[in-house]
Amino acid sequence: MRYMTAVRGAFKRSNRYGYLFVLPYVIFFLAFVAFPLVFSLILVFHRWNIVTPMEWVGLKNFVRLIHDPLFLQSVWNTLTFLFIHIPLQLVIALGLALLLNSRIRFRSFFRAIYFLPVVVSGVAVTILWQQLYAFDYGVLNTVLNSIGISSIPWIVDARWAMPSIAVMATWKNVGIYIVLFLVGLQTIPSDLYEAASIDGATRTRQFFHITLPMLNPTMIVIVVLSTIGGFSLFIEPYVLTGGGPMQSTLSAVLYIYNQAFYFGHMGYAATLGFVFALIILVVVVLQRRVIEAEQTS
Amino acid sequence: MKRLVVYTVLVLGAVVFAYPFLWMIAGSLKPELEITTLGLLSEEFSARSYEHVLTKIPIARAFLNSVIVSAATTSSVVLFGSLVGYALAKLRFVGSKALYLLILFTMMIPFQIVLIPQYILMVKLGWTDTYMGLVAPAMMTAFSIVLFRQFFMGVPQALIDAARIDGCSEFGIVYRIIWPLSKPVIVTVGLLTFMTNWNEVLWPLMVVRERTLMTMPQIVTLFTIGGAAESQLGPLLAAATLLSLPVVVAYVFFQRYFIESMASTGIKG
Repeated sequence: MRYMTAVRGAFKRSNRYGYLFVLPYVIFFLAFVAFPLVFSLILVFHRWNIVTPMEWVGLKNFVRLIHDPLFLQSVWNTLTFLFIHIPLQLVIALGLALLLNSRIRFRSFFRAIYFLPVVVSGVAVTILWQQLYAFDYGVLNTVLNSIGISSIPWIVDARWAMPSIAVMATWKNVGIYIVLFLVGLQTIPSDLYEAASIDGATRTRQFFHITLPMLNPTMIVIVVLSTIGGFSLFIEPYVLTGGGPMQSTLSAVLYIYNQAFYFGHMGYAATLGFVFALIILVVVVLQRRVIEAEQTS
Repeated sequence: MKRLVVYTVLVLGAVVFAYPFLWMIAGSLKPELEITTLGLLSEEFSARSYEHVLTKIPIARAFLNSVIVSAATTSSVVLFGSLVGYALAKLRFVGSKALYLLILFTMMIPFQIVLIPQYILMVKLGWTDTYMGLVAPAMMTAFSIVLFRQFFMGVPQALIDAARIDGCSEFGIVYRIIWPLSKPVIVTVGLLTFMTNWNEVLWPLMVVRERTLMTMPQIVTLFTIGGAAESQLGPLLAAATLLSLPVVVAYVFFQRYFIESMASTGIKG
């Protein structure tokens, strides 16, 4: 009873404007976050094309999924992408950030140029790279030919296509990570380096024993963001290759899109979305564990 | 000597990131046969590729649609984000902590899981092929609320108390005190939201089929894969240039805000 009065009292002292101001968000949350989440749990147990009534199929969507070669292919493609994209991103971003962090002129000019592809639409970037990657008369192959290297089938060969997209994505996004590394570098206290110099540690030793460990939180952020980016890949393969050649660039989101809008399989598309979301969460948790463990070892 | 190496690498990097864009703009003005060359200049620059784009697709209308959608979502995100952020930062009410935790939780949900259910919601509400369908699901973002809340925590409570004593309403406090003090965070959230929505293409491809309602990245995508460019490179590069231009112009003026805001949030465009 006394507890009830206390609760009632707390509500009475609550600011009514507080509730008024958060009300729009609560409505938004219920409509566009909570409802879709709950509805997704219903959809995964149904076969549905929106037009005819929903049909309960139990776990059939999940059974189908584990036997679906295209699902496995899209997971494999995403892993291929990440396997190239993440190391490339870390090395290039850290390298350029280290250079920018030294005493140089025009630092903000360079930073602004490296960041430019980040703000430009992915569609425009993909159209541009389509021309760079073209097999005949593409800019990259023209350059290679002029120094005596034969043309590379950037996006027309199944083995090359996904790595090519990974390189393009790195070019587009690396600017963010340069800036994140710069922020990280600036938070390292300079007396750490001074103490190390006094103890006679070389520049290389300082880099591996001070700089890298201190940048660990930044690296976790970058690896996690890149992973989420890899599983969100859509417009690049959609415009550049349409998922080909031989499904080698079929990404997670492109496959969801195709199942939903090409075949009209809403239930199965929702199941794919559900499973990919789970995979993302698991992978991100594992990555955090691994990177943090390496730090303490 | 070491300086020289550092600057060489930095300049090479700048060429790698900037030259393709210059090449794209030059290519959109060059005659078709000269596009594949590496150089930027041509004797015969012309606007022919742009004329091709303008006659083949309603890109002016798409530009207008993109402006409408991006402006609507941006003002909504700033307005509602700041109201919710203010309530969470400065007003005491039962449930505010829980709501804040809930908002943080929503930031961890991968969008893949809600993509199809959200689309079906649009179909059931009859919002496919409407501005509503493009705008409504982007009207509020968790990250803007979190950013506003963080900034408003730093506003001195004394200012707010003084305004209350003078008889200022809570709306008046947001309008007269909070907003004028928060220009940096408003610009940050505004630019980031505008850019994200301007470049968004997956959602428009899902909810809009009507050509007159298509956004700019969407119509340029369909122009590229649909064959309306008649496999000419010039029009493709012209379309890509038109699509990039508004954001690049904004970037030139607000470069600092773009970079710092994305660094502080780690959000991808």
